[in-house]
This record gives sequence, structure tokens and C-alpha cells, in this order.
Amino acid sequence: MIVLEKRPQPSKAWSYATPLVAVVATMIFGGVLFAILGKNPIEAIGTIFWEPLFGEFAFYYRPQLLVKGAPLVLIAIGLSLGFRAGIWNIGAEGQYIMGAIFGAGAGLAFYPLEAWYIFPIMVIAGAFGGWLWAMIPAFLKVRFGTNEILVSLMLVYVAEQMLASVSLGLLKNPEGFGFPGSRNLQSYDSAHNAELIAGSGMHWGVVTALIAVIFAYILLNRHMLGFHIRLTGEAPRAAKFAGVNPARLILFCLGLSGALAGLAGMFEVSGPSGVVSIDFNVGYGFTAIIVAFLGRLHPVGILLAGGLMALTYIGGEIAQSQLGLPAAAIQVFQGMLLFFLLAFDLLTNYRIRAARSEVA
Amino acid sequence: MTTPLLSLQGLTKAYPGVVANDQVSFDIGEGEVHALLGENGAGKSTLVKMIYGLVKPDSGTMTLRGQPFAPAEPRAARADGIAMVFQHFSLFDALNVAENIALGMENPPPMGDLASRIREVSETYGLPLDPYRTVGDLSAGERQRVEIIRCLLQDPKLLIMDEPTSVLTPQEVNILFETLNKLRSEGTSILYISHKLEEIRTLCDHATILRLGKNVGECVPSQTSARDMAELMVGSTLQTPERAGREFGEVALDVSGLSVPSPSEFGTALKNVHMTVRKGEVLGIGGVAGNGQDELLGVLSGEILTTADAIKFNGQPIGKLGPTARRKLGVLTAPEERLGHAAAPDMSLTENALLTGSVRESLENNGFLKWAETKNFAEKIIKAFDVRTPGPENAARSLSGGNLQKFVIGREVMQDPDVLVVNQPTWGVDAAAAAAIRQAILDLAAKGTAVVCISQDLDELMEISDSFAALNEGRLSAPRPTSGLTVDEIGLMMGGAHGMEVAHV
Repeated sequence: MIVLEKRPQPSKAWSYATPLVAVVATMIFGGVLFAILGKNPIEAIGTIFWEPLFGEFAFYYRPQLLVKGAPLVLIAIGLSLGFRAGIWNIGAEGQYIMGAIFGAGAGLAFYPLEAWYIFPIMVIAGAFGGWLWAMIPAFLKVRFGTNEILVSLMLVYVAEQMLASVSLGLLKNPEGFGFPGSRNLQSYDSAHNAELIAGSGMHWGVVTALIAVIFAYILLNRHMLGFHIRLTGEAPRAAKFAGVNPARLILFCLGLSGALAGLAGMFEVSGPSGVVSIDFNVGYGFTAIIVAFLGRLHPVGILLAGGLMALTYIGGEIAQSQLGLPAAAIQVFQGMLLFFLLAFDLLTNYRIRAARSEVA
Repeated sequence: MTTPLLSLQGLTKAYPGVVANDQVSFDIGEGEVHALLGENGAGKSTLVKMIYGLVKPDSGTMTLRGQPFAPAEPRAARADGIAMVFQHFSLFDALNVAENIALGMENPPPMGDLASRIREVSETYGLPLDPYRTVGDLSAGERQRVEIIRCLLQDPKLLIMDEPTSVLTPQEVNILFETLNKLRSEGTSILYISHKLEEIRTLCDHATILRLGKNVGECVPSQTSARDMAELMVGSTLQTPERAGREFGEVALDVSGLSVPSPSEFGTALKNVHMTVRKGEVLGIGGVAGNGQDELLGVLSGEILTTADAIKFNGQPIGKLGPTARRKLGVLTAPEERLGHAAAPDMSLTENALLTGSVRESLENNGFLKWAETKNFAEKIIKAFDVRTPGPENAARSLSGGNLQKFVIGREVMQDPDVLVVNQPTWGVDAAAAAAIRQAILDLAAKGTAVVCISQDLDELMEISDSFAALNEGRLSAPRPTSGLTVDEIGLMMGGAHGMEVAHV
């Protein structure tokens, strides 16, 4: 019989090794899955992990990694702070949408004026939109003790309805021949979140994501607020004893994660996407939850995890088009990654030991 | 020589990293009250679990009246006439006494028959108990009676009692002892586990002392001094905390008319609590667990806020101030629950030093943490309080209970408080560490700190406190000078026998 034995303290080695072990296990079991589907597993895994980085068309895919990875990292950083404190914002997708609507709306309000201050105003408006949307579950939790998981999640669907509404009404392109969707911000210079170096994929969202990583690292490791966030997550009673105000912490964590998700939405709509449309959101807000956990809620881990996730997205698309793998198989593959990560995570706090059976 | 009831031969049980019992042998005679004495972690519980069939020994044998005895499970042990009253009761609050007892039986008789048998047994042994009362309304002493009667219905040959008096007032202890004496006179043997020496001296015929899993000696308690037994238990000479005669200063902490509703469903409301503590004074607060101890600490630490004037520090109202503001003023606290309340289990000792030390030790600068200073502070605590750990980077939960307690108390003492409130400062701590903690508290008081010590250990309170008050259902009795208080008076302050009927044996 195998028993789990709690370690006297968490193993440092395993906490670093689990993500790597999880990736290897995902490759092995993903390979088995692809083999069952009748594809060459080595070729399929190679396509997903190798092709985007070093393949023939890597010059095209590499910028895409930044474009896909940046919103994931930006949102996941915000979520991770809340998750660390045991505050579960599941509605980043909604905050992402509201950030895009507010950001794009602020920009389009100036159309066709060209001025340097338009883009900064859009950035502020985007962050404000996401913050506002996250403040709804935050306020309800602090005031009435509602469950932030449910409220934030349900507000995603409200946000999607708002998105449909503004795409068809308020923000619809008057010169769009009746098609739904706003003016394309890519062709409005003052509002365009253009690549900073052409062809690199590096836009303001990528820069902001990197700043957020550094900011979160300093906050968690060097600042009292970060200490209180970690303390609240680990031992809520001890946090209260230490003098943490739980309500203030909820408002801060939900507000910040909302603002970062809003920023991600704003950078997306003013850059790679360009248009507020009904199907603007593609699930970054939900995938970011996986990224946050894959990165062990650690800022640097999230940076790496965001890159890995973007890689499986792009690699998965290549595998779909080149090898004819079904989209569902790629999703299973991504799901496996999270599954193995959480499973191996157990080894950080427990060791496995073979035991004689014993009358308990 | 007559055959003993139960004979243990070389019982050994090892767990990963620790040998809980190492070659333990002793006999329990017929009709004997046998004490099993030892500190926390000495291996008493493991030994008893082996007798009760909960744990299987690695090696060694047991014989019951000359027959080999190796119970595979508690049911087998019960069938052979072994019964056990656990330290923590396993009763359902919503059910009545008879229903609770029926739940523990293999083939419960009809409720009416059971109720009359419960009446019969309870009257025979002087444990008056109405079988139709709801358990939720019973006091701790009465709940223990339910457990005892549950055992007596099996007509046991050996009754095992695990720390039975830890939840009782002195009066309730007397009632219990009369019952146990009656059982003994009828030929039932009792294995009595405790670390309270005076009780064992009054009650027990024979004592076996365990230290670090080994049987280190046997004695006849009535002929051995408590001090000798304690030294056998600890394995070294005990140091009694010293207290210098001292003068008290002005009132440092003044609590008046403090009433707080229960913070949770299972908590206790505090009702009109009054107390004053002068500089240099140690106020001991006794009482059976669950009578408002946690709530009182919460109110004093600032976790539970009250009206401003209910609590005054040096004349300044602080009832509305949170923990951080109170620490800044010099009011420090150490809660009972070490893991999860006083300390975060998975965080390092350095981080745990920061938990309460940030303000007074100035471990932050505009919110930015000074890790080097924090580590120094943690190392200072570890050194001054002899905390056994490889270093401050270790997680709090890797420490043993006693060592973590030394760290938690040390953390507050090192911050030089003006008022220190501690709850159960030596709970689950070995005797040497307990003496060190008490000495630290007394030293602090000698320097002029006003100390409030909440504890369920009356011996401890008698040893260190200058005045004594008791919590009973959220009410605090008027504090009285400790010297000259008798055990009876203390018992009455704690609520006497909690309305329990006295045994008529």
C-alpha cells in the first residue's frame, strides 16, 4: 500500500521541479493520445513545441508568442495576487471585455482628432473599466458577504452581453456598411497600440506585462502589503491577528486584478485585434487562471507559464493545420498540463512512501 | 502472588522518526487504580491505544488474566472488558443522553430499557444523569459522565481514563474521584492517565512513569513526593520559577463594563467584564475551556473591536483600535492556538517574527520590509528562548509544539511590552520549557509590565499570578489576591460544580 506522508516543511526542490515534471508527463501522455488518434506522436509534440520557436516559419510565429502571451501574463499576475490571499476572481474574462469597451470607447470619443494624450487616456479608461467591473463582486463580498467566485463569474456573461450591445449599437462603425463592430483602431493613429519595433510583436501590452511581473515580485517579496496578502492566504486568523483588514485586502486584490485584466483588454482591442466586435474575447481571462497556477502563483513562474501557454496555443494551431489534429485534442493536451501540474504539486508538501498495511 | 489483570511485556511501537514506546512493561492488578504518568509526547497515548486495540504494537505481548491478549480493533478490546473514556468527547450535541449511548452500542436495547439501565447505573455510581436530556445543554463534567456511563454499561474489568480532569472544576474532580473509588472497591481496575501529580497522589495505588517512550520508574504515589515524581517524569531537576517581591505601579490596563456578543456561532459572549491590571502585576484568569477565553484575548488584542472606553491603556481609550495600533502603544498578546493564529504554519520563523514584530522592532520602512533586520530579530528570539530549530528559515510547522510556543511567547516578550496578554502560555509544552516561559513572564512583570495570563492550568496560575479571577460563561469574577486563596474558593469562582448534582455514594 502506498501512503502519503506530510513533509515537515515544503520541499524547495520539488516546488521548482514540479512544473518541469508536469511538462514532461504532459508530453508523454499527450504523445500517447496523439498516437491513439493515429498521428506520429513525436512529430506532433515536435510541431507543438519546436515549430513556433525554431521552425521554418518561426519569424512569423515568434512575435505571435508575445502577442498571445502578454495578455495571459498581465491578467494572471493580477489574479495570482488575489489567489495568494484566497480571494478567487474567476471573472477576469468579463473585466477584460469591460477594459476593452472602456478603452476603445474613450479613444473613439475623440475620433477623428489626432493628439498625443489620446492613448494614455485610453490606457486609464481601460484599467478603470476592468477595475469597475471587479469592484462589483468586491463590494458585494465586503458589504454582504457574497461569494466572489459566483458573482465574478456571472458578470462575465453580463459583460459579453454588453459587448454584443455596444458592437451593434453605441460603438458600431458608422461607415461599416451595417456590419457589427467598431471602427478599426489600427487605422486611427492616436489610438493605435502599434508594435514598438515593427515585426517584433512587442507592443505596449507586452511592456506593461513585464512591468507587472516586476511590480508583483517586489510587492510580494519586499513589501508589507504583499506579506499581508501571503499571510491572509496561508492563515487568515493569523493575518487578522497581525492587523490585516480583510475588507481592504479584498478591495485591493479584486480591484488590482480587474484593472490589469482591463488593461489587457484595452491593449488587445487597440492593437492586435483593432476592433470591438461580438466575438472579440477569446478566453484569455479563463486561460490566465491556468497560467497563474501553472506559474505557481509566482510572478517569474507566471511569466514562464504565459510563454509556455502561448506556445501550446500557437503550436496547437500549427498542428491542427499541418497534421490535421482535432482542436479538441489540443484542448485535452492543455488540460493535461494543468492536471499534471496540480497532481505533482502534491509532492511539494507530501512524500510518497510504501507502507505495510496496519490495523488502524 | 496473584495474577495481574493486565500484564504488558516489552511493548514497542515506532513511528517514522520517533519511537513512541520502547520496551514498555508493567502490570495492572485487579481492583487497582494505576496511574500512567508522563509529559506530553512521552508515549502515554500510544500505549493506551495499543491496549484499546487502536494501534498494533511492533513487538511485545499483553496478557489479560493470564490469557494472551492482542485486540485487533476496539470492538475486540471492549468484548474482553476494556473500556476507555477519551479526553475529547465523541458525543452528538443534538441528541439526548440515551440516544448518544445507544449509538455506541453493538446491539442497543429498546430506548425505554436503555434509559432505565442508565438511571440504574448512574445512581449506583453516584453519577446522577437524566437519560432524556439533550447533550448540547450539558456541562463538560456532565458530558464526561455520559462517556463514563457508556463505559460502565459494558461492565468493564479495566477502565482507561485519558486526562479526565482537564475539563473539570476542582469540585467536579472530587465528584469524579468518589465514583472512581467506588468502582475500585467493586474490583474494577482503572488506568488513569495524567500529568497532574497531586491528583495522582490522592487517587492512585500505583504509578508507572514514562519518559521518551520508556518506562523510567514505578512508585507508590501516596508515599512519593510530587517533586520526586516530576523529576522522574522530566529526567532532570526542576527549576521553580522565582519571583522577586515587588511593588505594583499605576493601573496600566483598565477594562470596565466590557460586553461583546459572541463572534461566532460556537463562541461565548463576554458579559460585563471588569478588571484592572497594575504595572508589574500578573493577573491570572482561570476557568474551564470554552468560557470566553478566546474571546477575551481577541478583545484585548484588537481582533474584536468594542466601544472605545471599555478598554483603557494608561488611561487612553483603546477599545476601537486594531491590533497594529495597540502594538504601537505597547499592548501585546499571544493567542492560545499556535498554528494558524499566533503563527502561520507554512511560513518561516523569520516571516513569523515579522507577523507581530514589524511595528515595535521597526522592521519596515514605508511599507518596504527589512528582511535582514527581521532575520536578526528571529535569531534573537531563537537564542534568548532556546528554541530548538536549525535556523530562522525553517517553517513554523516543522517545530515541535513546545519550541514553537517558546518562539511565539518570546516574540512578544522581546518586544518589551507595557501590557502582555497570554492565553495558555504553556499548553502542550514540556515541563522544562514551561518553567522557562513562566520565568520569562515573571521577569517581564518584574520590569514593570502588566501581565494578564489566561490559563486552564490552576497550578500555573497559582505559581505566577499576583491576583486571580475566573471566567465562567463569559463573566469574569472579581479579581482577588492569589495568596491565601484555597482550592475550594477557586473552584467556586470557576462556577463550582456547574450545577452538577453531588454524588451520593
